[in-house]
Amino acid sequence: MKRSIFSASLAVGLVLGTGAFNSGGQAFVASAQQKAVATEVKIDNFSFGPAALTVPIGTTVTWVNRDDIPHTVVSTDDPKTFKSKVLDTDEKFSLTFSKAGTYPYFCSIHPKMTGKVTVQ
Amino acid sequence: MRQKKENLILHNHNDDGVDRRGFLQCMAWAGTGALYVLKGGILRSYGLSDSSALAAGVPTGELSFIQISDSHMGFDKAANPDVVATLRVAVEKINAAPMRPEFLLHTGDISHLSRPTEFDTVDQVLKGAKVSQLFYVPGEHDVLGDDGKQYLDRYGKGTKGGGWYSFDHKGVHFIGLVNVLNLKAGGLGSLGPEQLEWLEDDVEGLSASTPIVVFTHIPLWSIYPDWGWGTDDSAQALAYLKRFGSVTVLNGHIHQIMQKVEGNVTFHTATSTAFPQPQPGAAPSPGPMNVPADQLRSLLGLSSVNYVLGGHSLAIIDSSLA
Repeated sequence: MKRSIFSASLAVGLVLGTGAFNSGGQAFVASAQQKAVATEVKIDNFSFGPAALTVPIGTTVTWVNRDDIPHTVVSTDDPKTFKSKVLDTDEKFSLTFSKAGTYPYFCSIHPKMTGKVTVQ
Repeated sequence: MRQKKENLILHNHNDDGVDRRGFLQCMAWAGTGALYVLKGGILRSYGLSDSSALAAGVPTGELSFIQISDSHMGFDKAANPDVVATLRVAVEKINAAPMRPEFLLHTGDISHLSRPTEFDTVDQVLKGAKVSQLFYVPGEHDVLGDDGKQYLDRYGKGTKGGGWYSFDHKGVHFIGLVNVLNLKAGGLGSLGPEQLEWLEDDVEGLSASTPIVVFTHIPLWSIYPDWGWGTDDSAQALAYLKRFGSVTVLNGHIHQIMQKVEGNVTFHTATSTAFPQPQPGAAPSPGPMNVPADQLRSLLGLSSVNYVLGGHSLAIIDSSLA
C-alpha cells in the first residue's frame, strides 16, 4: 500500500488521557501531535455543504450525513486517494489532510453530488 | 393533486385518444387494419388480419407481466417506516390481478444498503408472488461497496459483465441493462462501451417486427439531469433499437410514473413500493418525500404490462397500492 498521505481520524484522540504514562495520570501530549483543527462538511439534500472547502494542512475534515438517504465520499482522482464506506443517516467519515493540494470528490451513488477540498 | 391511479390507462401506445375511463373513440377502419377493443377495462389492439381469431372471441397468446421497482428493503425513515409491509401489499395486488402475470420484472434498488439481510427479505416476500419467474436489474443501492459482486452472486446467473442479459418470451425480446456501475463524478447513469457493444450484437439478427422490451434502473431518457435522472450514453443504445417497430423501455429510480413516446419507442417509469419522491424541481432534492400516512399507499404501486401477440405494442397499466 502506498504511503498514505492521510491519517485515520482515530489517531488524534487516542493519545490523550490513556493514563499509561506515570502514576500521576497526567496526560502526555506528543510534541509531534498535529493541530487539532477540525472542520465539518454536512451532507444534506443530495449536496455537500460547503461543496468547496479550503483548509490549512493538518486539518481533519469530517463529513456527516444528515440526509435521509445514504451517500459516499469518494475521491475522483485516478487512482482514488480516498473512499468512504456507505454512510447512512448520521454516519460520519473523517480524513486528516497532511499534504497540500486539491482533492476533488463525489458521491459514488449519486454522482451529480460533487465537492472539493483545497489544502494549503 | 394526484388522481387515483388505480386501473387507469395512463398511456395508449396506439394513440387513438382513449380517455381514462377507456371510452372507445376509435373503431376499426379499413385499410390500416387496426381494431381497438376494450375488454375488462383494458384496451387492446388487434390486427384485422386476426379476424378469424376475433370471431372466435378473445385471441389467445397474450403475454402479461408485472413491473415493480425500488423496494429499497432496509429503508426505515419517516417516508415509510415499514417497506416490508408495502412490498407485501404489492404482492397481494399481483396475486389478485384478474389476468395471471407470467413473470415479474424488478427494475432495481431491490435493497437500500446492499445488505445481505435486505436482499434475503425481498426474496422471501417475492416468493409469495404467483408468478413463474422473477427477473432483476440492479439499482445503484444494490451495488454498494463491492461494485455489484453480491448482486451478481444472487441474481447474475446467465448474465454478462455487470449483469446484463436478454431473453425471449412469446416472440417478444426482453433486454435487461445495467446503468448503475462505474458512475463518473458529475455524470448520470452509464451503460458503458462493453455493454453497448453487447447490445448491438444482441439485437442484430432480430427482425424489425420483433417487439422489444428494455428494462433498466435509471431512466434512458433525460427526465431531470440535475437530479441524476437520465443516462449519459443512452442515445447510443436507442440508436441500435431505432429500426424496430415497437420498443418499450421500462425504468425505475425516480419513484413516480412518467411516460414519453418518441416514434416507435415508449418510455415508462414505475412507482416505488417503498417511498415516493418529488416531481422534478418540486423540492430541493430527489430524496424520500414525506406524505401523510393515509396517502402513502396511493403514491406507491406496480405496473401491469399486457401484450397481444401479433399486435403492435404493449399496454401498460399502473395501479397504486391504495
